Amino acid sequence: MKEKILAFLTEIRPEFDFSESSNFIEEGMLDSFDIVSLVASLDEEFGISIDGTEILPKNFSNVESIYQLLIKNGVAK
Amino acid sequence: MNLKFHNKKITGILTVLPENEVNFDDEIENYDFSRGQSMKLKLIMGYGKRRVVKDGTTASDLCVFGLKYLFDNDLLNKDEIDALILVTQSPDYFVPSTSHVIHGKLDLKQDMYCLDISQACSGYPVGLNQAFMLLEQEEINKVVVLNAETMSYKVSLKDRGSRPLTGDAAAITVVENDPSGSIIHGTVKLDGKGADALIIPAGGFRMPSTAKTAKLESDESGNSRAMDHLVMKGDEVFNFVQKEVPIMVDNLLAKADKNKDDIDYYMFHQPNKFMLKKLADKIGVPYDKMPNNIVENFGNASGVTIPTNLTYNLGEKLLTDSLLICLAGFGAGLSWTSLLMKIGNLDFCNTIEFKN
Repeated sequence: MKEKILAFLTEIRPEFDFSESSNFIEEGMLDSFDIVSLVASLDEEFGISIDGTEILPKNFSNVESIYQLLIKNGVAK
Repeated sequence: MNLKFHNKKITGILTVLPENEVNFDDEIENYDFSRGQSMKLKLIMGYGKRRVVKDGTTASDLCVFGLKYLFDNDLLNKDEIDALILVTQSPDYFVPSTSHVIHGKLDLKQDMYCLDISQACSGYPVGLNQAFMLLEQEEINKVVVLNAETMSYKVSLKDRGSRPLTGDAAAITVVENDPSGSIIHGTVKLDGKGADALIIPAGGFRMPSTAKTAKLESDESGNSRAMDHLVMKGDEVFNFVQKEVPIMVDNLLAKADKNKDDIDYYMFHQPNKFMLKKLADKIGVPYDKMPNNIVENFGNASGVTIPTNLTYNLGEKLLTDSLLICLAGFGAGLSWTSLLMKIGNLDFCNTIEFKN
């Protein structure tokens, strides 16, 4: 699942190496439009709807936080 | 705050859209998106066609055009209007009230109640609430609620957060007493601490417009806008809506002793497609019961998206059927409001185009 997350991130912002960053938001690699695009991709890929109240920058700061968000929204480990 | 009204009904709804249409595909170069990102966001957010007024057209022009259409087609007798409410945040002037300007242009009778209400995205339920309250007066039997916005004037060409979504429109809703009417339930909520989440900082008495407030400045997201322009903290607004609106809807249905399935349609304000889909998912209603196609076809004209939603998606049906509809508006203020009411068997429910 983490590879898929990385693939979507790279598709959205191909100019960045997301595997080398610990905080995508603080390092300016993702903005709110990128998060919207990512949520749409993750929803479609995993057949879920990430809860709107959890679409917060802190939940998209690194691959691990996005992974935990998916688990919380019903994606099996 | 919970509200309850008895024996009131909507008897007609007309939406007035400027004929001038702008297409997102023709504007892409204005925004700091890659081509691929633009195409993806177009689908997700509902960036598409927007109706915007041409220079010089104001809220009163759209309203007067629509009211004349109703008078000329014998759908509304101007002498029967006892109250005129205009809900707008794009008035013609600071002084006088734009509703009075409309009153004058149409030569309406002097013996009537006339007021402006400054509300944005919550403006449709707020305007209806005011109409219901006025109808409690013995001499008020017919209230016309006008919702009108020309906010495209106040959105920067280089603001990719707001510009691709902003449209202009007006709507006219006629509200009357109905001795056989069912109970209407409503909710009004607000949080003024969030007033700066959606704001035009300059142009009022707090910060008058000057050459300095008209100067474009870039923010960290690559938007360029001036203090005279609309500024939206998109993240804050999105999260407030996702948090508060489902709770409001649950409470409204509980007060009315209704289940989600009892409601025929959820006709909500439409800021963007993504927000509406997330709200439908969170509340637990199918997308076909909560239409989300107004932004992509006409743009977001603030509170006018709700009546536009009704005339565009349910226009024919509301002429013959009576449907139980949940209306909800949410946005600037911050404010969030809702109404649960039967709407139907209307005298008119359609959309017309404003021609300059």
